[in-house]
Amino acid sequence: MVRRFALAAMAALALGAGSASANQELLQMQRDPNQWVMPTGNYANWRYSELNQINRETVRNLRPSWQFSTGVLRGHEGGPLVVGDMMYIHTPFPNRVFAMDLNTPGRVIWRYEPQQDPTVIGVMCCDTVNRGPAYGDGKIILSQADTTLVALDAKTGKEIWKVKNGDAAKGETSTMAPMIFGDKVLVGISGGEYGVRGHVTAYNLRDGSQAWRAYSVGTDEDIKVDPQRTTHMGQPVGANSSISSWQGDQWKLGGGTTWGWFSYDPELNLIYYGTGNPGTWNPSQRPGDNKWSMTIMARDANTGVARWFYQMTPHDEWDYDGVNEMILVDNLTVRGQRVPKALVHFDRNGFAYTMNRENGALLVAEKFDPAVNWASHVDMQTGRPQVVRDFSTRAGGEDKNVQNICPAALGTKDQQPAAFSPRTGMFYVPTNHVCMDYEPFRVSYTAGQPFIGATLSMYPPKGEQNLGNFIAWDAAAGKIVWSRPERFSVWSGALATAGDIAFYGTLEGHLKAVDVRDGKELFSYRTPSGIIGNINTFTHRGKQYVAVLSGVGGWAGIGMAAGLEGSSEGLGAVGAYRALSDYTQLGGVLTVFALPD
Amino acid sequence: MNTRLVVAAAGALCLALAAPPPSAVSAEEEKPYKVVDGKVDRETFNGYRRYGNSCLQCHGPDGSGSSYAPNLTESLKHMDYVAFSDVVINGRQNVTQSQQNVMPSFGHVEDVALYINDIYGYLKARSDGALGRGRPQRLDN
Repeated sequence: MVRRFALAAMAALALGAGSASANQELLQMQRDPNQWVMPTGNYANWRYSELNQINRETVRNLRPSWQFSTGVLRGHEGGPLVVGDMMYIHTPFPNRVFAMDLNTPGRVIWRYEPQQDPTVIGVMCCDTVNRGPAYGDGKIILSQADTTLVALDAKTGKEIWKVKNGDAAKGETSTMAPMIFGDKVLVGISGGEYGVRGHVTAYNLRDGSQAWRAYSVGTDEDIKVDPQRTTHMGQPVGANSSISSWQGDQWKLGGGTTWGWFSYDPELNLIYYGTGNPGTWNPSQRPGDNKWSMTIMARDANTGVARWFYQMTPHDEWDYDGVNEMILVDNLTVRGQRVPKALVHFDRNGFAYTMNRENGALLVAEKFDPAVNWASHVDMQTGRPQVVRDFSTRAGGEDKNVQNICPAALGTKDQQPAAFSPRTGMFYVPTNHVCMDYEPFRVSYTAGQPFIGATLSMYPPKGEQNLGNFIAWDAAAGKIVWSRPERFSVWSGALATAGDIAFYGTLEGHLKAVDVRDGKELFSYRTPSGIIGNINTFTHRGKQYVAVLSGVGGWAGIGMAAGLEGSSEGLGAVGAYRALSDYTQLGGVLTVFALPD
Repeated sequence: MNTRLVVAAAGALCLALAAPPPSAVSAEEEKPYKVVDGKVDRETFNGYRRYGNSCLQCHGPDGSGSSYAPNLTESLKHMDYVAFSDVVINGRQNVTQSQQNVMPSFGHVEDVALYINDIYGYLKARSDGALGRGRPQRLDN
């Protein structure tokens, strides 16, 4: 108890200290379980809390304490932030932000709604989702749909500065949560289905001026590599590593967008993130490895210069964006060897990677869904997936429908972040269990228009009916510990706590808590709409709360709204598979849960 | 603006205005698609494919809608070719306090404007119940 108050006091002190100590302030605050100061829980992306009032024994008594409607219908991704007595929530377009007083639950202290040209809605590929603002230095920083990055005074909601990070007329949009580290705020860009060339940009927290920008694809200068020092699988990447892996000027539409999550290791001073699919889903139109799309990147936080890359899916043929979060854990023992600083990543492509985050060495790459079939395994010497020819859409060629590829383009997991419990050393991962047919075809590029070039149909793996699983994963062994089937994809961000429970939400709208030992369900409550948001926890006046935004939509809202159906009807019980719209309707609502007094 | 694109857009507009609206023609053989034993003609297949490139991200697989864009197999039951083309070419906005729906204009997008008849034909076949869900088989022609 004493320690907790001391931390809170330190945080309060830091709040008043001003921008010079932004780094120290957040480094302290992210360790305070009473607050939830960044969307990822902490810089290491753990989504874990030391709080344990709500635990294996008590969770069954959990009940809604209060609710708040956001007034917006479309998909609500991301989750609430809690800083001191304030809670901040956000919405999809029009990207409202509400600052609420936890002393009078649900009372709005300030609200912000940016003025945005609504034409941006039409160029957001998969709903108008937003994964929330970042807090730091007394500011709330929001990355709007139209790529405006705006800093608001956390106390009043007044605009402090704003900058434009991209051009919606070219299909550049924003859905991601920015991250604040040191005296900078980092943000990426969406638009992988519009031929956008991805980048991450660091802006100075003080005034919004640009500190550095690193593209995913392009010249050595643009992608900020040192050809001799930046490595891939332990070797220098060499000169023109990106451009030489494309034909002609195709790299200019190269994709590699950066709409996932960031993590940060303050000791190494490195930031980590993944890049998305290369431009056009038709692989025949872009021969080569298409570097550095589909890549895990480690960059120096001050300069943006890359330390190492690892390309998971060279020459993507399935839209397996590599943007999912990087979870940083220490002292993992892999095959008897202690790895002081590891990175764990659950990729869309169905492989879970364990790496040494200091040097980018690949330690483990194993399937985290047994249905995954597009590659037999990852060659641990070269790092390359061994593609199964029957599932290669490039080998099939244009206008050839390649069937029964697992996973579907949704990935075995999309952006919905996993949780890590240091108590069990295990990862709790929301997953999709969906396969697809994929038929590439030739497309032309028009700025600001879809640049896709493939038709897809999606359905559950043969003979199965569940479209999702919530799993526990051992990242050292590369093995599933337990797996809990769900009717639909699990599209919410997970939370693990010192109460030895893990929370996740379902597309039907249930908030569930399970026992971390075996996945046994301990609690379930049906919120007003499907959950694609991320769950958090915090305390207020000494009492633990759990909060989540419900409001179905996002990519999960496409297709699943009407139900998935395969082109071939040989799927047995697929008739039993029912549409998500039979279970839930739209509408954004915050629900805050607590134990009875 | 690129001349070729202007021409394409203008061409598509003319089509939209000048072509006889298929719904006004009652004869069976005038349907804007050809489906025989679940197999479709070249134009309808192309419509399926172009739909997949430019429309599916919002309107969902097989035209069946998403959580944020209408089910077109329903829309085409009360929307004729002229109205359909008008919305595709010019776009439409319905942004209010409670709705944030925006259909972009595709008048300058070659992959859509040049094939608007095929896309309409495909969706009409779906709407009429002449074509099921999923990837249609092609007629040999």
